[in-house]
Amino acid sequence: MEKILEMRNICKSYYGNQVLTNVNLDLFPGEIHSLVGENGSGKSTLMNILFGMPVIQNTGGFEGEIIFEGKPVIIDSPRKAMELGIGMVHQEFMLLPGFTITENIKLNREITKKNFLSRIFGKSLETLDIPRMRKDARKALDTVGMTTLDEWIPVAGLPVAYKQFVEIAREIDKKNLKILVLDEPTAVLSESEVKGFLEVVRFLSKEGIAILFISHRLSEVLEVSDRVTILRDGFVVDHGPISSFNAISIAEKMVGRKVEILELPKRGKNLDETDVIMSINDLHVLMPGEMVKGFDIDIIRGEILGIGGLAGQGKLGIANGIAGLFPSNGSVYFEDEPFQLNNPGFALNKGIVYLSEDRRGVGLLLDESVEINITATAIQAYGEFMKWLLFLKIYDKKAIRQHAIKMIKELDIRCKSPSQPVRRLSGGNQQKVCLARAFTLKPKILFVSEPTRGIDVGAKKLVLDYLVKMNREKGITIVMTSSELAELRSICDRIAIVSEGKPSAILKPTDSDAEFGMAMAGKFQEVIMGER
Amino acid sequence: MNDRTALLKKIDIPTLIIVLFLVGLFVLAFITGVAVPPLIGDSLRRIGMNGVLVLAMVPTIRSGIGPNFGLPIGIIGGLLGALISMQLGLVGFVGFWVAILLAVVFCLPLGLGYSWILEKVRGQEMMVGTYLGYSIVAFMSIMWLLLPFSSPDMVWAIGGKGLRYTLTLNDYFGSVLNDFMKIKIGSFEVPTGLLLFFAGTCVLVYLFFKTRIGLAIDLTGQNEKYAISSGVNTKKARQVAVIFSTVLAGIGIIIYAQSYGFLQLYRAPLYMAFPAVACILIGGASLNRATITNVIVGTTIFQTLLTIALPVLSQVARGDITEVLRMIISNGMILYALSRAPKEAT
Repeated sequence: MEKILEMRNICKSYYGNQVLTNVNLDLFPGEIHSLVGENGSGKSTLMNILFGMPVIQNTGGFEGEIIFEGKPVIIDSPRKAMELGIGMVHQEFMLLPGFTITENIKLNREITKKNFLSRIFGKSLETLDIPRMRKDARKALDTVGMTTLDEWIPVAGLPVAYKQFVEIAREIDKKNLKILVLDEPTAVLSESEVKGFLEVVRFLSKEGIAILFISHRLSEVLEVSDRVTILRDGFVVDHGPISSFNAISIAEKMVGRKVEILELPKRGKNLDETDVIMSINDLHVLMPGEMVKGFDIDIIRGEILGIGGLAGQGKLGIANGIAGLFPSNGSVYFEDEPFQLNNPGFALNKGIVYLSEDRRGVGLLLDESVEINITATAIQAYGEFMKWLLFLKIYDKKAIRQHAIKMIKELDIRCKSPSQPVRRLSGGNQQKVCLARAFTLKPKILFVSEPTRGIDVGAKKLVLDYLVKMNREKGITIVMTSSELAELRSICDRIAIVSEGKPSAILKPTDSDAEFGMAMAGKFQEVIMGER
Repeated sequence: MNDRTALLKKIDIPTLIIVLFLVGLFVLAFITGVAVPPLIGDSLRRIGMNGVLVLAMVPTIRSGIGPNFGLPIGIIGGLLGALISMQLGLVGFVGFWVAILLAVVFCLPLGLGYSWILEKVRGQEMMVGTYLGYSIVAFMSIMWLLLPFSSPDMVWAIGGKGLRYTLTLNDYFGSVLNDFMKIKIGSFEVPTGLLLFFAGTCVLVYLFFKTRIGLAIDLTGQNEKYAISSGVNTKKARQVAVIFSTVLAGIGIIIYAQSYGFLQLYRAPLYMAFPAVACILIGGASLNRATITNVIVGTTIFQTLLTIALPVLSQVARGDITEVLRMIISNGMILYALSRAPKEAT
């Protein structure tokens, strides 16, 4: 059979950062081809290239060629991709909530009739042919198995699964559809919905549509695909018929990368595993996009605990919830006393300091000086660096300056002076300012999220080394959340992997790649374990 | 060289234009032979007179609410204080200080209520503040007629009920500050007491922003999430800022009135907010950042400009164009600041 699509030797870099290297991908008509990889492995970039998204052109285009039905093509806009017959169902719903299902399905491809005005002013004034549009929409909905869904109700208020089906119905309504890209379509579906969904996918492939299926859930990949391609760090690490893989081998290949075993300094005394500094039970956090749905863990005094997991699974929500930045509930005990959630002031006063993943949004006052950034929270929460002036208690500029200079030296913050606004510092130096601020608060537990995101290699090492140093010298318990598994494995004592807002496993940094991969893939772990 | 370009970058273009205009007026004054010294003395009086009202903008701007367009609310509080002091027949400094004290007492609950409403309309404070100002002025226009003031100097001569439009303060506390330690050299007068009072309030506000609650307001205005994560109760911080601003407005109107010599009721408070907003903006403040320096620079430039413009321009142009000038500059400045706001947000 002739290949419908071939992507050959695709290379792409963003600002000198190579994200795809010699990636090859091919697709036969009627085949379900899965594309798997961790966050940041290059899946989205590859799909953006296939779909001609503007972000690719704006960042200097890509190398390599795309061959569609045997002929090389240039896809420079999503419109071109659609004309060729490539459809995509996005992770976020691209639906207009106030419009009816029919209108959404037919958006920008409406069926129209000529009328008096359109004869004079042209096609854009033609009347919509609602009955025919409804008929088409009905047919598309029936195809995806939504036979009971009325095609004339608004999209707003539909359950998420239905929205997902409406998106697919919209794609298959396009008469020339040859390739359908499904970007993590099952992420928002429940188990029973997934079942129905996979059936629709199989049905579409029988109709001759080639399907490119992107998912983190290995069980679905194994169940539905014909072939699989595994990406890691922008390389294709393996590809082949699904029968030659199992969940473990896929997981291993997804995650597997050399872990730098740093020579970590030894602790003065070993951790006492019965000495729990904070006990978290059934923590729920309402953080949009990072919902935590019942997380439990006991944090041991003096350890470095890692929290890992895929994006959107809730790992970021945990620290945000404890710090009181997002509404949360659950029973949390700190040093055997009940801990008040939803109260940032309480957390700070107990010595629980949180360093946000959103450095510029939450962590810094961009237009303020380095010294104020370092000390403002300490002034606010603990009333440090204050002095009396007659009847007013005001902050002491001299003490602030002294402390700032000390921290700047200790963390090697590159700035012109302590009074320079942090907006002008580089990402790495801004992160160091955040760290200086956190340690000025003399934390008992430091929650630090994505401490190395968006900073250069040198600063990265310094940040991690400093965290280890403070942990070893001052005995500060550190809970580090990161999407870089390698980083967690290099400095943590234990790593909790979060999946679907719940802990899926607590692993040692020395555990195998396969175990980490399986834990991240989450929910269907038991099923897969059964197969093993 | 670098320092100089940095300084130039710091100065706002509109501020620069207005300063150049002001310089031009001075040059014109010399050419047309208008006596400058009394004009400067007059400017100093006007700076002190308006300064505290402009200062009232600082707390709200720094708390992230934007300029306090609801200035009339505080002004009403101040007017009530002054009126009661007059009704009690207090004169001189006693009358003045009692008026200030009463103004603070009235402004505290007014500010609390105002902040409560503003909290309900987060993001729309400027618009809502403006309309709240309109509403309270309309409401008080009725109240001025109904409140039981009875001093013959204050009520209408005919009928004996209801407060007059304009009350003369000469027999009460008119120009008590202006005359305090006044320096007079020929036709040049320095209202020392007035300027000292303005300087004093500036120092107080400056110090306030170095206290914990002041810093909390600053943090809230600059980055609310940072403030929350620093344990700041941002609602309370905004509340304090609004109350503080309202109190300053109340005190400001008394300073204004004692220097002007008259207490203006009814619709007069409406026309106080926009010039005050314009002043601080001319001084280089933006909708979310303001310093004491902005207040002093802005008030100086704007008030000097208005003082000089009248006699000088009347030499070259026919009629009084000061009022027109005032409108153009104050409204233009506010418009400029508003149009620039979204750019700063990103």
